[in-house]
Amino acid sequence: MPHENRQAADPLALAPARVHEAEGQGRSSFALFQALRHPGPIFWVLPQREPHRPLPDGLPPGVAERLHLIETRTETDLLWAIEEALRSPASGFVIGEPGKALNLTAGRRLQLAAEAGRTTGLLLIREGHGCNAAETRWHCEPVAGPADSTRHRWRLKKNKSGTFGMWAVHWDGASAVCDLVSEAGE
Amino acid sequence: MARRLFAIWFPRLASEISLRTRPLAGPFALTHRAGNADHLRCLNAEAEARGLYRGMALADARAILPELATRPSDPPGEIAGLKLLRRWADRYSPQIATDGEDGLIADITGVAHLFGGEEELREDLQARLARAGLSARSAIAGSRGGAHALARHGDGIVPDGLLAERLGPLPVSALRIPPATAEGLARMGLVRISDLIPLPRAPLARRFGRELVQRLDQMLGTLPEPVGAEPEPPHFGVRMSLAEPIGLTADVMAGVEHLLAWLCDKLAANHMGARRLCFELHRVDKEAVTIEIGLARAMREPKAMAALFRKQVDEVDSGFGIDALRIEAIVTEPLAPQQIGDMRITQADELSDLISRPGNRLGFEHVLCFLPVESQLPERTFRLVPPPIARQAPCPTGRARGVPC
Repeated sequence: MPHENRQAADPLALAPARVHEAEGQGRSSFALFQALRHPGPIFWVLPQREPHRPLPDGLPPGVAERLHLIETRTETDLLWAIEEALRSPASGFVIGEPGKALNLTAGRRLQLAAEAGRTTGLLLIREGHGCNAAETRWHCEPVAGPADSTRHRWRLKKNKSGTFGMWAVHWDGASAVCDLVSEAGE
Repeated sequence: MARRLFAIWFPRLASEISLRTRPLAGPFALTHRAGNADHLRCLNAEAEARGLYRGMALADARAILPELATRPSDPPGEIAGLKLLRRWADRYSPQIATDGEDGLIADITGVAHLFGGEEELREDLQARLARAGLSARSAIAGSRGGAHALARHGDGIVPDGLLAERLGPLPVSALRIPPATAEGLARMGLVRISDLIPLPRAPLARRFGRELVQRLDQMLGTLPEPVGAEPEPPHFGVRMSLAEPIGLTADVMAGVEHLLAWLCDKLAANHMGARRLCFELHRVDKEAVTIEIGLARAMREPKAMAALFRKQVDEVDSGFGIDALRIEAIVTEPLAPQQIGDMRITQADELSDLISRPGNRLGFEHVLCFLPVESQLPERTFRLVPPPIARQAPCPTGRARGVPC
């Protein structure tokens, strides 16, 4: 399916075999939402000293069994581990948390690894640490909603092969589908 | 056929290598720092003629000969020089090895007639080394120990069967025994090798150790001693000379593809992959253009490698034409053979590979998955454990995990 059509059919789908970026406070939720949509083992590469770790109880169903954590000591090890996971055809989805902004060479290398392994990757970056080689960049924020509701605003702010957009969604964290909600409210 | 061994000794190898690169007139010595003092390690003929000797303190040598020129010695450079000489000398025999730090030993059994006889072979070698400015002494004998001893104490050729007679007058120190043993023998009045031969073996071995008897047998040829030539390390370089000069990019690329296919065959035979390639284009006017490419990981696919050369080959000025091409893999890494064909069976292997690769680099305790545990507290409902596949890999020892032994 051409990219434009796929984006029209499912605006929140990530282009396969590419590396994407997510920033903002709700980036982990976005990563888990995407992890639900990709079958196969999930690899989460994070620095050893990172205090914020996924808690199996809080993960969507079916993710905790497939999740592998890789702890790294240095930034070089971290990028190497992401590249290895992307290059292997066995991994289904790779999430990485680089501490610094990637340069163009590193970003391009990850894209080549993703193409070689036919694996999709998502980097959780700090704001303003984006790399030009990324396929798309998403700005994710949790937003206040009515009681008993978890709302997110996911904004597509960079897209190499398509248009930008902004979606307010209600995702209960239980399934791979989410409801698009109107910004205007009740 | 009786074995014939050929020993070559370079009495002044280190100083001659140093003088070859930077010539100097007059007495010259290489110094070596041992403990707190500099000693002479190797001298040229002129310095030896003025009464200096090896192992002398540099301060004494300076007092005797104020105009002595010295340089610090370079042991790695000397070893490299000797290895180069070994490679050169394999024109005399395929079985040739280094012998100590300043000698070579070659097995020339059945080779001498190619040079017209043993005498001619030895003269040929001596003449070539003399032309290169290296002083050398050589000997041919029926045993390795005999050739070694004769090269260092006089030189010449020992005919087959005359080992004991010709080597008998040599001092016992020619036997490759420790100086302490030689001193002990001299104290007992056993100065020459001929003194040792008629003695009963058992008391000799009991007093001076088995090594003395073993060395004596090796010299007389009753105990075999192989040359032990090390195999040539594989060389990943290929070249092509062209009958007519070429200049078109397509022609050069055709040559590159041909050479790369050949190079990759060589790499595959040795289970290696190239990380960095150097491509030399030799022009008709004796100029050479060099192109280097680096590869992100070890590989040996000719097509993919040829594509990387294309852009730089396009920019090369071919002048009046290019008549020789050469490609060398200057950095290589081990690369195991890869499975081709049905990929379905390797899916499980891929995952275990993917887990073991970071595991080996970062430690298996850093590649983790969740194992459910029964608990009321949410943060205790799981344990982080290495994945099941990783457990089949060798477990780290207690010390690596920080457990005291």
